[in-house]
Amino acid sequence: MTAGGLLKRLAQLIITVLAVTLFSAFLLELLPGDPVEVLVPFGSDEQREAVREDLDLDQPFIARYGTWLSGFVTGDMGNYYTVSSKRPVWDRLKEAFPKSAQLVLYSQILALIIAIPVAVFAAAKKDTFFDRMSNTTAFAMLAIPNFALALVLQYYLGVKWKIFPTSGYTPITENPAEHFEKMVLPCITLAVGQIAIYMRLLRSDMIATLQQDFILLAKAKGMRSKRILFRHALRPSSLTLLTVAGLNVGTLIGGALIVEVLFQIPGMGFMLQEAIGQRQIVAFQSLVAIIAIIYVIVNFGVDLLYTVLDPRIRNERSA
Amino acid sequence: MSDHLPYRGHDEAETTGIGLAPSAMATAEAVGIGIGDTIPEGPPDAEHKRKLGIAAWIAITWLVVMLLLAILAPVLPIPDPTETFPEIARQGPSSGHLLGGDALGRDLLSRIIWGGRASFAVGFGAVAVGLAVGGLLGLITGFFRGRVDAIVTPLMSLLLAIPQFVLALSLVTVLASADDVSSARRIGVVIVGLGVVSIPILGRITRANTLAWSEREFVTAAKAMGAKNFRIMFRDVLPNVVPAMLSIALLGVGVAIIAEGGLSVFGVGVQLPTPSWGNIIAEARGQLRQAPHIVLFTSVVLFFTVLSLNFLGDVISQRFEVREGQL
Repeated sequence: MTAGGLLKRLAQLIITVLAVTLFSAFLLELLPGDPVEVLVPFGSDEQREAVREDLDLDQPFIARYGTWLSGFVTGDMGNYYTVSSKRPVWDRLKEAFPKSAQLVLYSQILALIIAIPVAVFAAAKKDTFFDRMSNTTAFAMLAIPNFALALVLQYYLGVKWKIFPTSGYTPITENPAEHFEKMVLPCITLAVGQIAIYMRLLRSDMIATLQQDFILLAKAKGMRSKRILFRHALRPSSLTLLTVAGLNVGTLIGGALIVEVLFQIPGMGFMLQEAIGQRQIVAFQSLVAIIAIIYVIVNFGVDLLYTVLDPRIRNERSA
Repeated sequence: MSDHLPYRGHDEAETTGIGLAPSAMATAEAVGIGIGDTIPEGPPDAEHKRKLGIAAWIAITWLVVMLLLAILAPVLPIPDPTETFPEIARQGPSSGHLLGGDALGRDLLSRIIWGGRASFAVGFGAVAVGLAVGGLLGLITGFFRGRVDAIVTPLMSLLLAIPQFVLALSLVTVLASADDVSSARRIGVVIVGLGVVSIPILGRITRANTLAWSEREFVTAAKAMGAKNFRIMFRDVLPNVVPAMLSIALLGVGVAIIAEGGLSVFGVGVQLPTPSWGNIIAEARGQLRQAPHIVLFTSVVLFFTVLSLNFLGDVISQRFEVREGQL
């Protein structure tokens, strides 16, 4: 990609990031009634005044957004407010973020590890029993609600058969075995839907690729099927998969938030739930902004990676 | 899409599909060849296409029964969903209470039936919002393109830049945070929140299909005959775009019903004690040890409903050859 193209993408990225932060700032506007009333309903007049001042509520929206944004980029994520004190959101966030990131990352890896081989074999053996079974299973998996699956897994694998712990989190540095053990159920919950999406997508892409001339050539050369499938056919077929895997990070983040609450993993979803329950609307706003920004950046990265991997796009776009 | 159909018979006669005529390449999915295979399947003949399979009928039956139960809930001979029977609290199925009771001793069957009412209201309501706003915007931007398109489409993409669940969660949390939110109003807020999320998705699909159909000859012909733009848009283009909208809309109903459950986990779904499938499950999560049947029964009903919706969406897109690939 040319420098100009990269600059243009960067400009787009910045505009999108600004737009999503504008949205999160606007959340406070949408709140029916007085935000101060929501934050410290039982505070005295002075305490309320202090909060009002702190949030610049006497300023017009755009000025307030400016102040909030300049704080945000320097790492000031706002505060948790109680009647008499405030505590920076950032203190909690820096602990919570890695947990959510691990959850999303593990689930994505798990989903790809399962989906890729199954899809490749299903495509190679199109219309066989294996293909039909994996297709039907994938279809059913798409209809499983993640919060229900989380609880059903918790019940059978945790409570009833006691194979995995039902909830909690252990840092990987503290006890790696326990860390992964506790991550198993949350990750399966999140991976199920993704496996189905990736499988269906890669299967149909592979089927198209397998009909191309270079596959015939490889076969004519007497190459083994496995090698053709995984070395020659998988790479051109995996580009769409990459894009969708990037886009699906959004779904995964959303799912991870729910799963964290259900499995008591103190990540960002846990923080969100707490912020909602305690009406910490400022913390809520910052969390929404952070999550949206992460998603935008992930997709930007996938977009760049895509151009690197597919020479056709690289040339087309730079031309 | 259908103009390659006459050639299918010819292609079928070939024993190896690799390197066939370009028309065969275009129908990769339909003809489909694995390594070392011969072409396995014949053309899906008209007869086969028109008939619904048994699975589709099961899906339709399930949905009709669920919808009827939801609609008729007030006149059915079931206890009130908020009435408590202390003796069946956390108890499994018994003769008087077919699905047992929940943590407070409320009849679970009644709560699931009434919960269907709220869940379907949320699912269909949210998609209706998405279809009305997103569909109209998609139709207009796809048909007129130009300036409207340049303004509306980037705005829709921006809505897509926020993870969908996070968008719904933030809208609902903020709009429902007042103390006096009644349960009817909360359902309204959930519908609006999830509806807004579905606007760009339905808008995008509608726009892409409108773009394609607007270039067809019959549209040019209608224009040449002096038909008004709105007439062409609604009489000529829209009917062709409807199958794509409908198949995505059916998926959307399922997604919205599930999303309501996600919101319930955060305590901002349909407001208890009014039941929804989502909040029954979310509420019972602390009872997994003592009363797993609450979660299990409700999950099964939820799963089969979403499965049926997905399946019918799929059937529609196959019968009308909606191509998701071109979007």
